[in-house]
Amino acid sequence: MDEGVKLLEAAGVRKRFGALVVLDGVDFAVGAGEGVGIVGPNGAGKTTLLNVLAGTYRPDGGRVLFRGEDVTSRAAARRCRLGIGRAHQVPRPFGGMTVFENVLVGAGAGGRRRGREKYRQAIDVLELCALGDLANRRAESLGLLHRKRLELARALATDPEVLLLDEIAGGLTEGEAAELVVTVGELRRRGIAIVWIEHIVHVLVQAIERLVCMDGGRVIADGDPDEVMRDATVVDAYLGSAAVR
Amino acid sequence: MSAVAAPAPAARVERWTRLSGGFTVLLAGLVVLLAFGPVLWSENALNNLIQLYFLVVLAVMWNALAGYGGLVSVGQQAFIGIGAYAVVFLSLQHSLEPYLAMLLATLIGAAVSIPVAAVVLWLRGGAFAIGTWVVAEAFAILVSLDPNPAIGGGTGTSALIPFNTRYTPEQRLHYTYWASLGTAAVLLAILFVLLRSRLGASLQAIRDDEGAAASVGVRVLLGKGVLFVLAGAGCAAAGALILAWQLSIQPLGPDSVFGVNWSAKMIFMVLVGGLGTFEGPIIGAIVLYLLQTYVSSSGVWYFVMLGAVAIGFALLLPRGIWGTLQERFNVQLLPVGYRLRGRA
Repeated sequence: MDEGVKLLEAAGVRKRFGALVVLDGVDFAVGAGEGVGIVGPNGAGKTTLLNVLAGTYRPDGGRVLFRGEDVTSRAAARRCRLGIGRAHQVPRPFGGMTVFENVLVGAGAGGRRRGREKYRQAIDVLELCALGDLANRRAESLGLLHRKRLELARALATDPEVLLLDEIAGGLTEGEAAELVVTVGELRRRGIAIVWIEHIVHVLVQAIERLVCMDGGRVIADGDPDEVMRDATVVDAYLGSAAVR
Repeated sequence: MSAVAAPAPAARVERWTRLSGGFTVLLAGLVVLLAFGPVLWSENALNNLIQLYFLVVLAVMWNALAGYGGLVSVGQQAFIGIGAYAVVFLSLQHSLEPYLAMLLATLIGAAVSIPVAAVVLWLRGGAFAIGTWVVAEAFAILVSLDPNPAIGGGTGTSALIPFNTRYTPEQRLHYTYWASLGTAAVLLAILFVLLRSRLGASLQAIRDDEGAAASVGVRVLLGKGVLFVLAGAGCAAAGALILAWQLSIQPLGPDSVFGVNWSAKMIFMVLVGGLGTFEGPIIGAIVLYLLQTYVSSSGVWYFVMLGAVAIGFALLLPRGIWGTLQERFNVQLLPVGYRLRGRA
């Protein structure tokens, strides 16, 4: 990504938990409408990077920029209202509320929509994520597939310019993951930029055009997905360690 | 009723169901009926109902904090005490009409809660609970050290003079009855409107998962602040009612107006009724009221009973009475939610 049209950018981001350095000077950027996948072994710092981008964690060093503006000290809720959406790895539905109400919270608080426009947005998002039939179900009664979809729908309802997805296909069957790829493809068509962490690489590459590989808190490869997956350091760090395990 | 039509061809968003609409009308009717209490019932019954009403107020306020804001406060007695003492101060020292003083005491509770919120809302979980308790104890000690004779220091004070110079005991009973019924009804209505408002869905989201709420743009601190101020006002109103009902108050000890026993009662009512449900605390207040009325004469066994009931609920019905019913039947008697209708 060197055209300079960066939508969301992490510049030299460092994050440590006690003595453990999780992000060791990460430079990462996603352009408007771009689809970027992030892979890497467990503990590479992928989710932490997402947390720093979303504002859940404040980095110990470096900056986060959104549309060129420094948002490093902005809280997660504020960043969401600016246009950075986020879906968690383990879905975190508002259990006591219905599926529809979950999405309404996103549309109202994050998307800052009112009245009918808010309802329209919520209904549209539910249909897109194939949750329409479950609209009035309490979220805590949903199974994993529908929780994952709801996590995505709720983030989508906040009207993001960039959506950060953390292993939203994890634990799903091949068929279910394929449906998710179709949904994400639709988001891309709507012009939403995607940053997607996923272990299932062959699923991931169907929805993105750029791949980033992380290891040990650093970005070790960044570029065309095929090239990145052929890169010797990537094979060693990612597939090598996976094979050993 | 007001079903809001959404533009999508068949789907529409429904906020009132026939059941919830009917129940809301029924509840409003019940309040009107109860307003005739002084004409219909004995002095003894009115005294009991006053207690029930301020228990409802306390339960509803504690639930607003803990159930919706995730703010487990063990210090709401700070505002009960402030409310009670504000009435004494205004009516005894400044000769204000006592019922007007009760209204002002409610506003004072709200005003005091703002700087308190600015401090305690930065604390989390257990630290918040202990922090609020410390605040309550600090207020109690400050009042007990006050040399002002109207406040009475550690020995306490009484609003006997301002009430009895203006009203006969019967008038005081009737006015206090209406004041407590009105307070309970108004605070329930405020909470109802708040939960139905745009902020309401955000508050329920904070209740379910604060971090996830923030990640979809909810202003968590603002939501909690609104609840804290509402609860400060509501508990001060309850304190003012308690003062009007019992006239004499002390600042120190677990049974005083600043006593931690109030927190124990609030927690009991909300856990038994159903944390984070609109209807639950009302049910919990009725349960505590019944136990208080029919078992408290058995002395220490009353406390054993309270403990046993609380443990029983924690083990068997952790969602409380209403929370369990709601989970099982997906009903909502008071319509604070949204239903999507008319999809194919």
